Amino acid sequence: MIPLDLITALPELLLACLAMALLMFGVFRGDGATPMVLLLSVVTLVVLIGLIALGPRGEGVAFDGLFISDFYGDFMKVLVLVGSATAMAMSLRYFEAEGVVRFEYPILMLFATLGMMMMISANDLIALYLGLELQSLSLYVIAAIRRDSLRSTEAGLKYFVLGALSSGMLLYGASLIYGFAGTTNFETLADVFAELTAAGHGPSLGVIVGLVFLLSGLAFKISAVPFHMWTPDVYEGAPTPIAAFFATAPKIAAIALLARIMMGPFIEFVAQWQQIVVVISIASMVLGAFAAIYQTNIKRLMAYSSIGHVGFALVGLAAGTEEGLRGLIVYMSIYVIMNLGTWGCILCMRQKGVMVEGIEDLKGLSKNHPMMALALGIFMFSMAGIPPLAGFFGKLYVFLAAIEAGLYALAVIGVLSSVVGAFYYLRIVKLMYFDEPVEAFDTPIGREMTVVLTGTSLLVLLFFVVPGPVIRGAAAAAAALFAG
Amino acid sequence: MSDFPILSMVTFLPLLGAGIILAFNRGTPEETAAPARYMALWTSLITFLLSLFLWFDFDRGTAEFQFVEQADWLPGFNISYHMGVDGISVLFVLLTTLLTPLCVICSWTAIQNRVKEYMIAFLVLETLMIGMFCALDFVLFYMFYEAVLIPMFLIIGIWGGPRRVYSAFKFFLFTLTGSVLLLLALLAMYFEAGTTDIPTLLAYSFPREMQIWLWLALFASFAVKVPMWPVHTWLPDAHVEAPTAGSVMLAAVLLKMGGYGFFRFSLPMLPEASEFFTPFIYTLSIVAIIYTSLVALAQEDMKKLIAYSSIAHMGFVTLGAFTGNQQGLEGALFQMLSHGVISAALFLIVGVIYDRVHTREIADYEGLVERMPAYSVVFMIFMLASVGLPGTGGFVGEFLILVGVFQVNTWLALLAASGMVLGAAYMLYLYRRIIFGTLTKDSLKSILDMNRREALVFAPLVVLVFWMGIYPMSFLDFMSVSVSNLIENYQGALAAADGVPNLVSLGAAQ
Repeated sequence: MIPLDLITALPELLLACLAMALLMFGVFRGDGATPMVLLLSVVTLVVLIGLIALGPRGEGVAFDGLFISDFYGDFMKVLVLVGSATAMAMSLRYFEAEGVVRFEYPILMLFATLGMMMMISANDLIALYLGLELQSLSLYVIAAIRRDSLRSTEAGLKYFVLGALSSGMLLYGASLIYGFAGTTNFETLADVFAELTAAGHGPSLGVIVGLVFLLSGLAFKISAVPFHMWTPDVYEGAPTPIAAFFATAPKIAAIALLARIMMGPFIEFVAQWQQIVVVISIASMVLGAFAAIYQTNIKRLMAYSSIGHVGFALVGLAAGTEEGLRGLIVYMSIYVIMNLGTWGCILCMRQKGVMVEGIEDLKGLSKNHPMMALALGIFMFSMAGIPPLAGFFGKLYVFLAAIEAGLYALAVIGVLSSVVGAFYYLRIVKLMYFDEPVEAFDTPIGREMTVVLTGTSLLVLLFFVVPGPVIRGAAAAAAALFAG
Repeated sequence: MSDFPILSMVTFLPLLGAGIILAFNRGTPEETAAPARYMALWTSLITFLLSLFLWFDFDRGTAEFQFVEQADWLPGFNISYHMGVDGISVLFVLLTTLLTPLCVICSWTAIQNRVKEYMIAFLVLETLMIGMFCALDFVLFYMFYEAVLIPMFLIIGIWGGPRRVYSAFKFFLFTLTGSVLLLLALLAMYFEAGTTDIPTLLAYSFPREMQIWLWLALFASFAVKVPMWPVHTWLPDAHVEAPTAGSVMLAAVLLKMGGYGFFRFSLPMLPEASEFFTPFIYTLSIVAIIYTSLVALAQEDMKKLIAYSSIAHMGFVTLGAFTGNQQGLEGALFQMLSHGVISAALFLIVGVIYDRVHTREIADYEGLVERMPAYSVVFMIFMLASVGLPGTGGFVGEFLILVGVFQVNTWLALLAASGMVLGAAYMLYLYRRIIFGTLTKDSLKSILDMNRREALVFAPLVVLVFWMGIYPMSFLDFMSVSVSNLIENYQGALAAADGVPNLVSLGAAQ
């Protein structure tokens, strides 16, 4: 059995080995080797994408049911890897320019990515916790990687304290569930709950309390209201490429995990957790829309924007159906691309060698850098959910599921908050296109930035021409989770 | 010709032109201006010529959708790329393709700033508007319908007047709020009927309870677009601040999107709810006609005055659309077309003197007839057409609507007709203040009459406005079969709902 287990977890094992090998390489060669380490890390992630997409497919559970590999996991892992690889590729120039070249940085990102892949493939509460902590601990350190910067260390510390609290809640919830259900394995949990329901019993209070704690812990990780408070501070304080990383890959992983738990063992109790998810979703959409209006720092604005987006994605989860899950997956796929592009633009905001973060600095961008303004404009309209851009389709699919599930109030509040949200996205368009230019940003932006910005903006712009692959993939992924 | 994808060609040709301008026209703003202008002009002219096939090949004897194209689009959802036109939509396509080249010509010298982007925005706008009228799938329709906001937002915001930012935001957020509710209605219809295909939805009958909610959601979107009182307030702001060509497109085509929505969705798909809300629509329409006419009388800004007159004229459209008889509906459609031509011309007329004097205040003008005789004649033609003088396009639509309304309710017709009197008052008053009197202002002493380029813009519109007034049959021919089909289905659905089947079943039981 062991060789089969190894093949099932091949991408994770490969990533772990390569990350440690790169760590050794970095240790012996010192900080001077950072560009090399970074490049090799990106290559590693790209190889993994290829491996997952094309390589030997060991479907099924491994390691005595701790680990599961299915198409749902593969799809989400590819999204995570795309997010990590792109964020890493965009960071090289930043760290060189800021003079804080540390080889640990790409290594920690690799470990965080490994943790995320473990989260996605977790099939047991213990495996879930291990994956989550591997990810979180790496992220705490990355947030504070600029040791000499007050803001960065503050961000790291805040993230650590609040993150530890949420991990504690999650662990407490997991132990309650174990105490009342007698198992930590997802499949056994599903069987236990199904038997309970079949016997006509509702869930016991202990399981419900445990579920609430579990949800709270995960809501923190995806920065859903009311567990969102850390997000703006951490995004603002962390170095920009790291904020870009935070906004993409870990969100996907945590949402994937949340969906796997809720749609898996706890699908029997959908009536119970649906109320909670609906409230969290509404609160996130509304807060994300209104709080972003008064932001002047683009990183804080993006933090609130991501809170709002998580709210929209949760609309799909709240539906509690296969269609809802498909909507959620489509939404997150598009979210990753839009966010990577937008953060790419933010990383190009550099005047005379100094990073700027005020949204006022974008004034007149369309005159100084027409193509960059066009790209950022596309991302903003897409985030506002205006067709024919990709963001519209994400919203279309989640609201489709909500209407089907009869969640009309949620859908109405959702679309109305998307109008409020449109206001601040339009404000950025207004600054770029309607206002007179101030100071131009530094050029050239670098080859990797050009590739990222062109690629992501074309994907967002032309998604409507061939929406098939993403939607079919998401549908297959949702079906895989429901079948399993 | 049957396999030739004429609608897709007409729809996406402008987009192709925009893409070529974006990709190949590189250089400083000064270098790119002239090629961008010519490219936009040629693209829109070729599009117009292509669209003339629709005029000649359209079969006026059937209510079926014609020039239909269909292809798979969104997998697993039964949502396809489905295009086609019928008697209700085909003339709007032609209106759009006709007006776009005129807009390009009228912006030839008026726009000096970021010409390349301006032309791209207009070509993209053209694609989206044509696509919206041709779409035969609700999701496809919605995509075009809402995407129109992006180029229009940029046109108002970049090339607009001093309060352009406020106006652009107001325009965008007002219409977006309505549109998102339309999206929810669309999704609800999809789950009820299992498809978003418009011909299938037209044949589907929704339960009455659901119709009421769907109708309200659709109304929220279309009423903002029309715009109906009291959600019209974005329109005067948007018109005043938009550049001339932007106002033309806004008045001539964008406002028609709301009216078209009523014709395509609310009336045929939700007949019971439409009947239920008819008194509500009548009330809002009458308020719009009388109130906005009075507001127009008090305006000091020419563009604002014409904007308010647009709201009043669109009030006639909504009034006629809900009469449920042939004259009323045909009148409403005809009124939309004639208003498309006349309001476009009136905004162009304002644009002519705005380009020379750079003010829109009525008080800054007087006695223009002394220096600009040709201009005064053109202005007079369209002013009278707007008033509804027999022999011009404006008369036919309003007359048919009044005939239709008269069959429904005499008092309603009286109130609507009083709006026409007010319309005559504010338009004649405007004309008197600008054109007549003695020219004493120094700023106007050396003003020049229309040049050849401007005359070229007005010539087709003048021909069209008389053609519509003198021989309206060539336009009504397109719509009459589709409209009578719509009315037949509408009345049939109402009869079925009003207990006729019960009587039949009673008879059968006895």
